[in-house]
Amino acid sequence: MRQLLLFVSIILVGLLFISRLFYLQIYSSHKHNLFEDNAIRKVYDYPKRGFVYDRNGELLVANQPSYDVMVIPREVEPLDTMEFCSLLKIDKEQFLKTFHRARRYSPRLPSVFLSHLSKGDYAALQEKMRKFEGFYIQKRSLRHYQTTIGANVLGDIGEVNHKDIKENPYYRMGDLKGKQGVEASYEDILRGVKGIKFIQKDRFNRNIGPYKGGEFDTIPEQGKDITITIDAKLQAYGELLMQNKRGGVIAIEPSSGDILAMVAAPSYDPNLLVGRERSKNFSKLFLDSISKPLFNRSLKGVYEPGSPFKLMNALIGLQEGVITPTDAVTCYAGYKYGNRFMKCHCYPGRRNNLISGIQESCNAYFATTYRKILDKEGNASTGIDTWSKHAKSFGLGNYLNNDLFVGAKGRIPNRNYYKHVYPKTFYSTYTISNAIGQGEVATTPIQLANMIAAIANRGHYFTPHIIKSIEGDSIPEKFIKPKYTSIDKDHFEPVIEGMLQVYKRGTAASLQVKDIDICGKTGTVENFAIIDSLKTQLTDHSIFVAFAPKDNPKIALAVFVENGYWGSRFAGKIASLLIEKHIKGHITRKDLEEWILRHSLENEYAKPYSGEPFRINQGTTLQYVDESEYKRLKRQLSALQNP
Amino acid sequence: MIRETSYKFDWITIILFLLIVGFGWVNILSASHTGGGMDYFSLSNSYGKQLVFIIFTFIIIILLLAIDAKFYERFSSVIYMLSILSLLGLFLFGKNVNGATSWYAIGGMTLQPSEFAKAATALAVAKQISDLNTNINNFRDQIQTFIIIILPALLVLLQNDTGSTIVYGAFFFVLYREGLPKYYLTIGISVIVISVLALKFGPAIASVIVGILILGYYVISKKKITLLQSLFAIALAIGLSFAVKFFYQSVLPPHQQDRISLWLRLEKDPAKLEAMKKTFAYNLNESEKAIRSGGFNGKGFMEGTRTTGKFVPEQHTDYIFSTVGEEWGFLGCALVVILFVLLLLRILHLAELQKSQFSRVYGYGVASIIFIHFLINIGMVMGLIPTIGIPLPLFSYGGSGLWAFTILIFIFIKLDSNRINEW
Repeated sequence: MRQLLLFVSIILVGLLFISRLFYLQIYSSHKHNLFEDNAIRKVYDYPKRGFVYDRNGELLVANQPSYDVMVIPREVEPLDTMEFCSLLKIDKEQFLKTFHRARRYSPRLPSVFLSHLSKGDYAALQEKMRKFEGFYIQKRSLRHYQTTIGANVLGDIGEVNHKDIKENPYYRMGDLKGKQGVEASYEDILRGVKGIKFIQKDRFNRNIGPYKGGEFDTIPEQGKDITITIDAKLQAYGELLMQNKRGGVIAIEPSSGDILAMVAAPSYDPNLLVGRERSKNFSKLFLDSISKPLFNRSLKGVYEPGSPFKLMNALIGLQEGVITPTDAVTCYAGYKYGNRFMKCHCYPGRRNNLISGIQESCNAYFATTYRKILDKEGNASTGIDTWSKHAKSFGLGNYLNNDLFVGAKGRIPNRNYYKHVYPKTFYSTYTISNAIGQGEVATTPIQLANMIAAIANRGHYFTPHIIKSIEGDSIPEKFIKPKYTSIDKDHFEPVIEGMLQVYKRGTAASLQVKDIDICGKTGTVENFAIIDSLKTQLTDHSIFVAFAPKDNPKIALAVFVENGYWGSRFAGKIASLLIEKHIKGHITRKDLEEWILRHSLENEYAKPYSGEPFRINQGTTLQYVDESEYKRLKRQLSALQNP
Repeated sequence: MIRETSYKFDWITIILFLLIVGFGWVNILSASHTGGGMDYFSLSNSYGKQLVFIIFTFIIIILLLAIDAKFYERFSSVIYMLSILSLLGLFLFGKNVNGATSWYAIGGMTLQPSEFAKAATALAVAKQISDLNTNINNFRDQIQTFIIIILPALLVLLQNDTGSTIVYGAFFFVLYREGLPKYYLTIGISVIVISVLALKFGPAIASVIVGILILGYYVISKKKITLLQSLFAIALAIGLSFAVKFFYQSVLPPHQQDRISLWLRLEKDPAKLEAMKKTFAYNLNESEKAIRSGGFNGKGFMEGTRTTGKFVPEQHTDYIFSTVGEEWGFLGCALVVILFVLLLLRILHLAELQKSQFSRVYGYGVASIIFIHFLINIGMVMGLIPTIGIPLPLFSYGGSGLWAFTILIFIFIKLDSNRINEW
């Protein structure tokens, strides 16, 4: 028996060891992952982010170097905190706070400890970095805007958040990513692919050479430059004109769907959202709930289109054969339906056909037309579905599915939409407001501009887009292929003739520009706000749509000026100026320019917040900008003309 | 005579020996390679030196096998005395490495006599026990044998080589096999259990546990022991519990306290545990991480990132097993464990076959010494045993160790080959 002691001990120890090995190497081991291996240092090499140029080759966005201090909490060794803090110019409290936050995120993955060091701090720190184990400096590139315009177009880049990292493991803590505008839309193209070097460390945190001779290392793939469709000069001019106003302007080149200008007012300087100041400034912009500078009104602002939508009703009427260009309707300074009355500013008894109906924006004419469309088959329920289908073929009532980062659907109602309000009977008079672009129809400025582009093209449009070309790549086919509306080509001419008359002798006669045949349509839209839980009417929105020239149109646009009152008062002037600027390159209607720069709508915007009763429309007085503001705008203007 | 016996050498043992040495060298190569080209015979790097040691080992083997088997028995006392002298000489001429004065520096080489002393002691113990006049049940003879064992152990301890001292505990297996009374085993196991309980749960709780166990045994065993005996045992256990605690707190040097505290997970404060991982527990922590990171297959030869980065200090000597763990994974580690178990069982089996008591006792000594090394080294590297610095036999880097174990084993192979002539 005594022989057994050692024998049994040997076997037991053997089994014990094998079970311990099983526990260590199979049960509690996770697959070897280079990224999690702290014996391997991962050094990222960030590629140059692609530049952004405007359609004329003007550089809008470039890069500037930036240095972040990164930390891997698990690898941090006791350090001279005082020295470290003074090098970084932070206090100990901030040091501890940041460190704990990084450790909470992950003890073994790098986090940003301090972002965007100044060059001087970087130089001082780099020398001593070796002393602070677990910390290192990561070079990145920040955006360097060559301009102060186009914040809503260009967007900005910012640090990725936890959600971004979860959704796309390419991103690591501290990486920068497009957050808005083209930076976000074309993130993958602009970004490139970062390179990574795996470096074998020793236990003293020294590099001892590339891991496996650099077998797994990748070289960075540079980001591609892009050219956008924006004309920087036109954009800058549009932004200037929209100062002290709110609203949106979209200008499209009808023959290509290129967005020439996309103004959202108020805007901000894109340089505000660069570097260490970004989050502070972003919060400031974000929290401005009154003027909402981050809200891209030209893409997301959903407004009732008002009179410009009459063009759509005219086209549908012609296509459905319920009207002809010569059929006339008598206007009794309004339109009577049942026991209700829709006012019109025509003098009583005026006879309007299609062209004069558009020219004078006659409500009676379009109410009649609308009812004819809906009642064509004696059933307004099928009539409104037909009407809706035609309108939607212009890209209204749904997302345009383009390359802009934000958008809104707008609204083109059909029978189904009214099911809850009118479950049983449904007559054309129920939705008569749609005839004049109010009621349930709603569009964004870009949708309306696109509708005008489709009219300018006599029946087709190209999805409005922001990308002009990509370095070494082509733009998506969906932007090159025309989309056809459900209206036959022939029907456009009378409508366009009406639009031309709007300028020649109609509601925009005062806005003519010499040598350019502009086709346009004014719009004046009632709107309401909830003030102290009371629905309160505000001064009408001033809306204008136009394209020019009549033949071979070069520009189609929609201008929305919130609370600007009637269409030609603000929006029409801005439209004319932008058209002239685009086509001629210089302004002859200095009077219009002067008027727009001189006037502000800030008093209108202040009214709902004043807490006092206020007057609207006829009751308002125009506000002049003060002299210093006027001088500032003039300086900006001359800077635009003589860059 | 050599011709007659040569084919009777136990080739299984020899093959296991060669496999362990060979695989050991492969891992030393990985652990000590510093990038760049290989220079296998260069004495400027560890793997080159070890290769030279291995080649020299074959000369030793040939010499050992050429010497007449009777020589070892006849000259065991002389060998033992020389060995003791060499240990004593260290006090005069020894070179201090890492706090232990256990090296002779001869030219560029260093020799560690304590490694060889194990083999010498094994011979001396075998000689003593196999002496016809010795009866291991006789207290006087027990004392004599203990002195033979304790003398080198004490000298080694005085030179601050605690690890090697503990190895002499291996001879307990030998003596027990040869008839040492059973109560030694009982006492030995009891002392270990009580010590661990006292350290882990405190002397009071340990005393209660042991008290209940002893009284329980008294009742169940139908009074094989008297009540007085059991009460006396309980008193001893209580005394021991408190003594162990006192010894741990007041006598044991701090670094050994730390090792035990780490082993028994006595420290609960996570901040202090974190601090421990960066200081004295660094090696263990890194070695466990390296083994863990190997997974089932390992990362492959020379592919271990932690080995390449030299994250585990002393990885080519005492912590060589962590290289196996990282680069060869569970498969490689299990292979090493199985090779050692097979070698040990083979030697044990051969020992039992010996007709001469000297050979049998010696063989037992060989198996016991290797077993203790195997147990402590691999146990330590995997965190099962407190940190005790002794090498993995035949596997770890080091000339003295390799040669000493070669001598230990091949004397036995020679003795075994001669068993046919033993009558």
